[in-house]
Amino acid sequence: MADELKEIVLKYVTAEYLEDGADPIDADTPLISGGIVDSFSMVSLKRFLENKYKISIPDDQATPEAFDSVNKIAVLVRKFTQA
Amino acid sequence: MSYSEKTRASYRGVLQGLKDAGLFKQERFIHSPQAADIEVEFPTGASVRKVINMCANNYLGLSSHPEVVKAAHAGLESRGYGMSSVRFICGTQDIHRTLEKKVTEFLGTEDTILFPSCMDANAGVFEAILTKDDVMISDRLVHASLIDGIRLCSAMQDTYKHADMAHLEQKLEMHQNRRLRLVITDGVFSMDGDTPPLDKMVALCEKYDAMILVDESHASGFIGKTGRGTHEKYGVVGKMDVITTTFGKALGGATGGCVSGRRELVEMCRQKARPYLFSNSIAPVVVEGILKVFDILMASTERRDKLETNAAYWRKGLQEAGFVLKEGDTPIVPVMLFNAKLAGDFSRALYDEGIYAVGFFFPVVPQSQARIRTQISAGHEIHHLDKALAAFTKVGKKFDILGKTRQEIIDRFGM
Repeated sequence: MADELKEIVLKYVTAEYLEDGADPIDADTPLISGGIVDSFSMVSLKRFLENKYKISIPDDQATPEAFDSVNKIAVLVRKFTQA
Repeated sequence: MSYSEKTRASYRGVLQGLKDAGLFKQERFIHSPQAADIEVEFPTGASVRKVINMCANNYLGLSSHPEVVKAAHAGLESRGYGMSSVRFICGTQDIHRTLEKKVTEFLGTEDTILFPSCMDANAGVFEAILTKDDVMISDRLVHASLIDGIRLCSAMQDTYKHADMAHLEQKLEMHQNRRLRLVITDGVFSMDGDTPPLDKMVALCEKYDAMILVDESHASGFIGKTGRGTHEKYGVVGKMDVITTTFGKALGGATGGCVSGRRELVEMCRQKARPYLFSNSIAPVVVEGILKVFDILMASTERRDKLETNAAYWRKGLQEAGFVLKEGDTPIVPVMLFNAKLAGDFSRALYDEGIYAVGFFFPVVPQSQARIRTQISAGHEIHHLDKALAAFTKVGKKFDILGKTRQEIIDRFGM
């Protein structure tokens, strides 16, 4: 489940944020602090996760730190799917 | 007094950090009016020398046009120097409203409101017309002033990949549940000189019930057959809901900006936009200068036609010399060098050859996209462009980059 989750998020982030021809990313690549996802663009990632996993992530937990890599996002999503 | 040595040391550390990272900006002092030929003191304290300016936003060569200067003089005499008031108290002269009507006519919109600058227009417009129930969907490469305005607004923020219509459509579809949708783009992207397909964007906005805002700061006065802007180029005059633009570039180059568009949206800005409410408007002397600029532009397309010819000549010359350029058909012609240090060294070597053109690198442009951004003007004559081409070629040979591909330049100088 965890690996599948990471795979789905990685696929979404790659399609949504990476320009054609950009270097590939992995589950540890810093997304926000690495400049791949800016704070404006985080909203679509949050919406994607909420729709896909039928969860609601409160704004105070949807922080740049919590969204900074696919691994961290997976931790966040699991927290709410298991809640 | 609480500016302690500790506080001073802290700021000095930050400034030193900028210097160490090569991000510290130093200004060059110009001792003459803005024009193709300028007199520059660089570095500070060096003797003044005559150089050709290849990096001004003076696209139409109107910054020091004798008729504009004369009109400004007359304005100074007839309307005075300052207003000492914001617009809604006692800072509105008849000529402010005359200029708003003139801009409306020129851009083909319903109404216009002046701002102290386009930075102020962009800072104020979003919060004035949107609420937290709405969404702003912006191109990922929009200008910094739009980004700041978006940040100041309570509406939801989202982005789409640069000029990617399929991605924009996905976003419009996704945000159908919001009360209002506003799509935001530059007309001409200032770093690359490209234009988004406004005709397709308008079609998408009509399909998904969205408004469109375009910042025309690098387009007003010269893009499109009669210089109305990017909306004229794409055949969608009258379909822009909001245009923001500046008088600080092609349109005389002094100061000031505006929001032009749907009557109700302009009125919302007049009632609510904070940079409009809490700052003086454009000084009368400048207003009279801008009015003359519009008289010149509405009487003839001669200047934008000359600019188009000059830009094509310049682009062709650089291509034939063997430089890597960003594709495009605007007077913004970026010469790609990829490496930040190379861009800085190249700019300095050009200056030694009598050419003023600045290097741009991260964070102004993405990493490994360093460049010299050249900007062509109707104020340039062919002899200016030929001299600049000779200098670019000489410096290009010195760094051995002529005829080299992107990869070859990166292999030699690094990212």
